[in-house]
Amino acid sequence: MIEIRNLRKIYKQGDVDVFALRGVDLDVAEGEFLSIVGPSGSGKSTLFNILGGLTPPTDGTVQIGGRDIMQLTDAQRTDLRKQAVGFVFQKYNLLPTLTVNDNIEIARHIAGTHDKPRESWFADALKLLGLESKLGRKPRQLSGGEQQRVAIARAIVNRPSILLADEPTGNLDTENSDLVLGLLRDLNEKIGQTILMITHNPEAAAYGHRIVRMRDGRVVA
Amino acid sequence: MIPRLVFENLKHRPIRTALSAVAIGLQVTMVLTLVGVSRGMLDESARRQKGTNADIVIRAGGSAILGFGVEFTAKLEPAFRQYPGVADTTGILVQSLGMLDGITGIDYDSFNRMSGGFKFIEGGPFTNPDEILVDDIYARSKGVKAGDYVKNILGADRKIAGVVESGKLSRMFMQRARLQELTGKSEKYTAVYVKVADPSKTEEIAKGMSDKFPNNSIFSMEELASLMSVNNIPMLRTFIRVVIGLGVFIGFLVVFLSMYTAVLERTREIGILKALGASPSYILSILLTETVLLSLIGSVLGVIFTFGTRWIMHVFVPEMVQITTPDWWPIAGGIAVVGSLVGAVYPGLKAAKQDAIEALAYD
Repeated sequence: MIEIRNLRKIYKQGDVDVFALRGVDLDVAEGEFLSIVGPSGSGKSTLFNILGGLTPPTDGTVQIGGRDIMQLTDAQRTDLRKQAVGFVFQKYNLLPTLTVNDNIEIARHIAGTHDKPRESWFADALKLLGLESKLGRKPRQLSGGEQQRVAIARAIVNRPSILLADEPTGNLDTENSDLVLGLLRDLNEKIGQTILMITHNPEAAAYGHRIVRMRDGRVVA
Repeated sequence: MIPRLVFENLKHRPIRTALSAVAIGLQVTMVLTLVGVSRGMLDESARRQKGTNADIVIRAGGSAILGFGVEFTAKLEPAFRQYPGVADTTGILVQSLGMLDGITGIDYDSFNRMSGGFKFIEGGPFTNPDEILVDDIYARSKGVKAGDYVKNILGADRKIAGVVESGKLSRMFMQRARLQELTGKSEKYTAVYVKVADPSKTEEIAKGMSDKFPNNSIFSMEELASLMSVNNIPMLRTFIRVVIGLGVFIGFLVVFLSMYTAVLERTREIGILKALGASPSYILSILLTETVLLSLIGSVLGVIFTFGTRWIMHVFVPEMVQITTPDWWPIAGGIAVVGSLVGAVYPGLKAAKQDAIEALAYD
């Protein structure tokens, strides 16, 4: 599903080169739930940003479903985000002016699928996420846990190949964290969603099938 | 989906939305008021010309449509009167009093004969040569009545003999001979108004007189009235264009600042949309749609405000006639939309080019 070889990313900060990734090798199988842990500055978020097509790599190869994202133009990386990748962020990142339903619909609109009826599996997913009765609410009317569930629904509505979750429980209490992590695991098990999750929390990481550790821009274990 | 997002965005910041729409509305009002006043004044001028009841107007050659600054010899009047088909004539002299004011010297008897006579609201005709007549609009705007004195009219305070109903040529009258004497323009006229015996032959007589008196500009009343349009007054046309340019610039500034603020405010939201796969053109289309909606709301407000300015003009400056110009509503709206779109381009491009990672990290 995902094949990463000798991935490097160098940022320019003024005249200084910052080595965010120093040669990452990683394979993720289809349907896998992978947890990535590591201290701040270890390169986890940079790896996510590259996988999500938000920034191009400096060197190396990244194959997602057979496509080398190193070769993609800006427009092709935009298409990758539309179709192949779904993001869940620590701060939920919902559009505050839109309802839950519209926050989900805008992802379909951007992907160009809004004219088609939602697929039946998504109704099951909404049931699983407990959002059926909250579709008309605005984000400010929801708890943190509910907002994160909306973010998950939005991330998967276009059935992306991979779901990238960056500290999805970072802003949640224990109860909501368990709920969200359980939902991610259920989505992985029930609809076969490939998930890559960044976390600092070892208990959260334990929800994945496998844990990868990063340090100083490299995968260390 | 984009219209819904735009509508919700506008609703989310009601004060910013209201202020931007009002500012755009004021720009639209500015254009509509100027056009309304220009047309209103010209229509009013044409109406007062027609109020003389004349069929033909004779002026000095080369006079501007609204120009009364050029005189010609009064000695021609008998020749005009004797032209075949002409029933009556009356000569007038117009003297500017600065700004929009002017005084018209008339021969009271011949002018009354042709125009059907003044209708006095207060007072009566001249009782001595230094008196003046004013119309009701002048009296209302200056707060004067019959028997009052108007200060400093051609070097003296002049008593108002009577207040007449408006609609007959001018807002202020005095006896022609006295005006000629005071201005040193004896034997001079600004215009001669002609009544023909058979109105169906007006055009034919006007043409014949033009051929016979080539040094004068001769118009049928209908032709003169039709020439009193904005398009035939080059200075007014230019002035309107300048105001339209100013309107576009104001629209540009308002929307530029409003959208620039909106883009800064929504940096994170733009980042979210980009993370969802929104292309630069998608982001740009959201801002441009918002701009068009804002300028349409502003245009509607502008039209409504125009009724307000019309009321203000009517109450406080009655000599400035403003008419409603529905044919200009879409034009003024179009000007607002164009100015606004130009103003939205830079903030829109800034948003479209925003780096998604930086935008998502924005607090």
